[in-house]
Amino acid sequence: MEAVRRIAGRALPLARADVDTDQIIPSHWLKRLERTGYAEGLFEAWRRDPAFVLNDDRYRGAVILLAGANFGCGSSREHAVWALLESGFRAVIAPSFADIFRNNALKNGLVPVELDETTTGRLVALVRADPATEIAVDIERRIVEAPGVRPSFEIDDFARTRLLEGLDDIALTLRYEVDVAAYERKRPEWLPRVIAP
Amino acid sequence: MGSALSEKIWERHVVRRAAGEPDLLYVDLHLVHEVTSPQAFEGLRLARRPVRRPELTLATMDHNVPTNDEPPEPISAKQIEAMARNAREFGIRCFPMGSPEQGIVHVISPQLGLTQPGMTIVCGDSHTSTHGALGALAWGIGTSEIEHVLATQTIAQTKPGTMAVIVDGALPADCAAKDVILAIIARIGTSGGVGKVIEYRGSTIRALAMEGRLTISNMSIEAGARAGIVGPDNITFAWLEGRPYAPKGQHWEKALDDWRSLATDPDARFDREVKIDARRLRPYVTWGTNPAQSVTIEDRVPEPDALPADARDSARRALAYQDLRPGTPVRDIAVDAVFIGSCSNARLDDLRAAADVLQGRHVKPGIRALAVPGSMRVKADAERMGLDRVFIDAGFEWRDAGCSMCLGMNPDILRPGERCASTSNRNFEGRQGPGGRTHLVSPAVAAATAIAGHFALPSDLR
Repeated sequence: MEAVRRIAGRALPLARADVDTDQIIPSHWLKRLERTGYAEGLFEAWRRDPAFVLNDDRYRGAVILLAGANFGCGSSREHAVWALLESGFRAVIAPSFADIFRNNALKNGLVPVELDETTTGRLVALVRADPATEIAVDIERRIVEAPGVRPSFEIDDFARTRLLEGLDDIALTLRYEVDVAAYERKRPEWLPRVIAP
Repeated sequence: MGSALSEKIWERHVVRRAAGEPDLLYVDLHLVHEVTSPQAFEGLRLARRPVRRPELTLATMDHNVPTNDEPPEPISAKQIEAMARNAREFGIRCFPMGSPEQGIVHVISPQLGLTQPGMTIVCGDSHTSTHGALGALAWGIGTSEIEHVLATQTIAQTKPGTMAVIVDGALPADCAAKDVILAIIARIGTSGGVGKVIEYRGSTIRALAMEGRLTISNMSIEAGARAGIVGPDNITFAWLEGRPYAPKGQHWEKALDDWRSLATDPDARFDREVKIDARRLRPYVTWGTNPAQSVTIEDRVPEPDALPADARDSARRALAYQDLRPGTPVRDIAVDAVFIGSCSNARLDDLRAAADVLQGRHVKPGIRALAVPGSMRVKADAERMGLDRVFIDAGFEWRDAGCSMCLGMNPDILRPGERCASTSNRNFEGRQGPGGRTHLVSPAVAAATAIAGHFALPSDLR
């Protein structure tokens, strides 16, 4: 994962609640064997509507997605995160996130920023009034910067460090191999093993 | 203060705990399927890492397998081949297409007795919450986490909160487990369980057979919960005993003692409690595009302006997508297709409930009706009971096991604009095929609707 410290640029005002991962990337895109090739599938169904905000050229090149509450609910598909990243988004600002989506985002360096409804609404109003408005997400200082708004957001120390240093989770865990092996020696003997019954 | 069941399981699985970090948990069982795993195996190959515990890993193919005699279409075939190849290369047991044990991953693991109380189970699929019905702590993960579990047999997670949903009272005769969970989601909303493990408690849950508990746990994710769980009891133990991977002999006795100690302590406190009176439930039908947008079959499609302010926008969008007019009685909504299947409702009890309604009747002409058993084992059991004849004679297609029309990754999809009564778990836009319109119902209501041509209860049929 690449280290990420600060994200700054235009923001796309999606501003819908309960956006499920089936909308972010429909299931027929999940047949790929790679981690890439999903940008075209991002919000595929909604994009067919010319009035959909992603088709608005004024927001082209946006790096931040402004969404409604419970963003990324439903399916666990990490492809949703890959599609957003491949389409240039580096952060999603929303009043709340679904748990699995948040985990998937953090694993890939897409920053989930939780801000309350009022603050998210103000950011949406700002970029609707002027699509060129620059919004910045500063992971190190845990703040969002926009003209006239400077809210702080919460991100736990561990997730923040991982983002700032771009750490590989597996390598991190493999350092605790001794602990894992010790745990394995104490597991109850009746627990199932997937061999021929 | 005592602990909740989910907290006890969590504490037992902590491999490493450090201040300011998520806990590192041991994973007792890792379930793998063809759609979310290829990139994880590729990651292992690139880093030259083995699978740490192949014998704690089980693979199958379910999401995009065809459920009829046709071969898989070429792109799906590649993913199916990749699953078989990865399982071989990394030494993982796989139940491929054509195996008598193949099926939806959340149906086959409990059926084999692999899912047991007190275990931690993960899978790259949000409906992993299903396994909580047996008192396991089970949750869905993404592909990066799959790779992590394959490589380390552990997962780093922040500890979830606790929530109790207490359902008490006798369920009305025409209501099923599906109606209980749809009622719960309608009450707490699609994000009501975010960050928490929901423990389903109360006399209604205790009285449910394992199949019903599996349906309820399955849809915990539809309320946003990290997991759902039911305290193991005699129904759990009776259901498990004798299954292929269940403990045997002395191990069985030891396991029973241990499982009995898992129950939530009487003085445990939950972060949130919700009470539901089962006696007042009616069969539910979703009208919208998320599983909380539902009413009972006696109701009408709601008027968005009559809903709470924060629900109006999405209700309007949902009604436009679903092509429904506010005020329409639910029973007046006609359907084009009926789907009985999915990890919510494709176990033997579900098929039997539908067959009871279909017996001696015929699907209304013009309606496409699909019955897709959750596993090849369920299919074989159903055929032994003659249920296949009931479905076929009623005009249903009787298929092989798979996820099928629940998520439209194989050719079983709705055409644009088609309306479907479905026993699956998600009514998201386009979920069953681009432009398709989904209404979630129980197996009995799905069957009655197939006969009537519009939403109906079995008791509505002449």
